[in-house]
Amino acid sequence: MANTQSMCTSFMGDLLVGAQQLGTVTLTSRGSLTAPTTDTVKAALYLASATLNASTTVYSSTGEVSGTNYVAGGVTVTNATAPTSTNSSTTAGVAYWTPSASIVYTNVTLTTAFDCVFLYNSTQGNKAISVHTFGSQTVTAGTFTLTMPSNTTSTALIRLATT
Amino acid sequence: MALVNTTKGEMDESLLEKREGSLDNDIETTTWTEYWLDGELVHRSVHVSLKTGPALFAEAASFD
Repeated sequence: MANTQSMCTSFMGDLLVGAQQLGTVTLTSRGSLTAPTTDTVKAALYLASATLNASTTVYSSTGEVSGTNYVAGGVTVTNATAPTSTNSSTTAGVAYWTPSASIVYTNVTLTTAFDCVFLYNSTQGNKAISVHTFGSQTVTAGTFTLTMPSNTTSTALIRLATT
Repeated sequence: MALVNTTKGEMDESLLEKREGSLDNDIETTTWTEYWLDGELVHRSVHVSLKTGPALFAEAASFD
């Protein structure tokens, strides 16, 4: 059993029906949705023995880390930069988004090895966004910091591309 | 005098053995700092810098 880095398939489906919103946009003919707010994204850590992958659809505490000062559900992700879309040609382009600050778990003790952070939309019923893996770690009376990649078309944390 | 948060409360760094490590691959650059007291791990912090995330490639079907 292992975690697998992947875009969650349910998130792709959510995007197509507008069920998740990571930034604000002016909409037409949607009544009270013409001035929508940005959804809250959260980040939870999972044990190396957990099985999060592309089929994960919603946040669950099963397999989540536990320990001193870690709150189930994880921490809120700073989302001050709306998604961006850029055309690379007349037939291709990239839409991308990256949290605008590092994800930090302060003064925690997590003694069982973990290797995965799960991003989910706590505003929209804790729907899954993505699973990101890294080398297995433990933390003892310390801080776990996840620094985000550069928010570019080739390195952003979440990229939707056509070629 | 630098203080370090440990399993035994805040301690003067000079009283502790400091160990550091790092990892670098296609996914991440990671560093960690440990402090040991008499053979016991009393502090471990980790900093993971992700290099990129998974990409989703999409396409529109044709009617051909």
